[in-house]
Amino acid sequence: MNDELELKDLYDGFRDADTIKAFAKIIEEDAKKLGKTINIMEVCGGHTHTIMKYGIPQLLPDNINFIHGPGCPVCIMPKERIDSAYILSLQEDVILVTLGDMIKVPGSKGSLQDARAKGADVRFVYSPLDCIKIAKENPSKKVIFFAIGFETTTPMTCSLLEAVVKQEINNVYFHINHVTVPEVMKELIDSRDEHVDSYNNRIDAFLGPSHVSVISGSKIYEQFPEHYKRPVVVAGFEPVDVMQAISMLVKQFIENRCELEIEYKRLVSYDGNKRAQEMMDKYFKKVMFKWRGLGNIPTSGLELKDEYNKYNAKEIYKDVLPIEEIEDHKLCICGDILRGIANPPDCTVFGTACKPTKPIGSCMVSSEGACAAYYKYGNLLK
Amino acid sequence: MCLSIPSKIKSIDSEMNTCIVDTMGVERGASLDLIDQDVVVGDYVLLHIGFAMNKIDEEDAMESLKVYREIIDKMEEEDRLAAIAESENCPNR
Ligand code: SF4
Ligand code: SF4
Repeated sequence: MNDELELKDLYDGFRDADTIKAFAKIIEEDAKKLGKTINIMEVCGGHTHTIMKYGIPQLLPDNINFIHGPGCPVCIMPKERIDSAYILSLQEDVILVTLGDMIKVPGSKGSLQDARAKGADVRFVYSPLDCIKIAKENPSKKVIFFAIGFETTTPMTCSLLEAVVKQEINNVYFHINHVTVPEVMKELIDSRDEHVDSYNNRIDAFLGPSHVSVISGSKIYEQFPEHYKRPVVVAGFEPVDVMQAISMLVKQFIENRCELEIEYKRLVSYDGNKRAQEMMDKYFKKVMFKWRGLGNIPTSGLELKDEYNKYNAKEIYKDVLPIEEIEDHKLCICGDILRGIANPPDCTVFGTACKPTKPIGSCMVSSEGACAAYYKYGNLLK
Repeated sequence: MCLSIPSKIKSIDSEMNTCIVDTMGVERGASLDLIDQDVVVGDYVLLHIGFAMNKIDEEDAMESLKVYREIIDKMEEEDRLAAIAESENCPNR
């Protein structure tokens, strides 16, 4: 390799089979010194996907386990919010705009795909900024952006709102469904319900999300090693990144350290992207959010500040939007899977009544959910 | 959904605060609204839903790749030594 970086290196270098094997060997040697099993939660579904796709559990010794985290904004969307999108899309003169992953997620009334079949104008855009073009081309319509995502996508919603305010566009509205990562991580360690004790000690360490951390910086995880005594390594999404991060975590355990480290230094800093953080603070306030599979988690969601109410579709359409909460399906054990108590195959309807084409619970909904990943790559498991 | 991709900046439109990036041969436009560092043509950025999110630190990427190379080389060296140690009629013994 010469000293100049190429785009190819950024892809191939972090997927290289020999490097993955080399890390597997290092981890195997180190893991012998652990003397116990460690359960590592990958918070983000992007990691779940990499772990399953590259068969990483097979490459690791038996005393290293994964717990698949809640990390997918599509998966964790409760049914009533999907119903909101569905209802909004069917209002008069509305064009509902959202990101591609939301298409097939079913609410209690159906998915956005179903709304479309009923005549709704639902559009899936590559970038939130595409809403501006749609709004300008359709001045007599109301364009509602159904915003989803963690810290990664929140600033993009801010950028759209900023453009709408600056350009005085008066037919773009927002339905905000943004969520934040540290609160759900805390919830998973410190569940408030009666199962607390059985949950509490399952997660030994965290693989910190990749692109959430690009925006937020690694600083948002500081409380975990300090207060909760769980080490965190922020890792990239490529398989070599994941292997290196696991190796770093194992080393922390054998050296009796409990720290916050960054494996993904090429993109993540301690402070993160300040401009993006400022925009989030400018437009959003923290609110309670009900996570599909996990229930209500205080301050884990974001909502437009009151001064932006005239852009808030929840205010404008409050008469038609659902207020009742919808319970998760009785048979679905997503909550237990996300807490590390159960694995997807433990679910009685896994792969039968519940499949990616007909998901019952959140973990099967997006391709990054734990059940969907097991369904697709399950034959690679040891 | 957050699976962003490394891309290389081909051109910048500073008036619109946008750029054209190359993602493994595919060219597309992206907003620079969220970048809090200075970027120039030739920089690598992470692209996510139409936005350049952050600059990729080239030095750090290179450094990691070098470390990986060294780990592999060291392992190969260990394998070679192990093979020598095992082989009875090895001329090097
Ligand atoms: S959408 Fe995918 S990549 Fe983004 S946070 Fe969720 S699981 Fe991770
Ligand atoms: S298989 Fe389906 S129903 Fe069972 S836990 Fe997973 S998502 Fe829920």
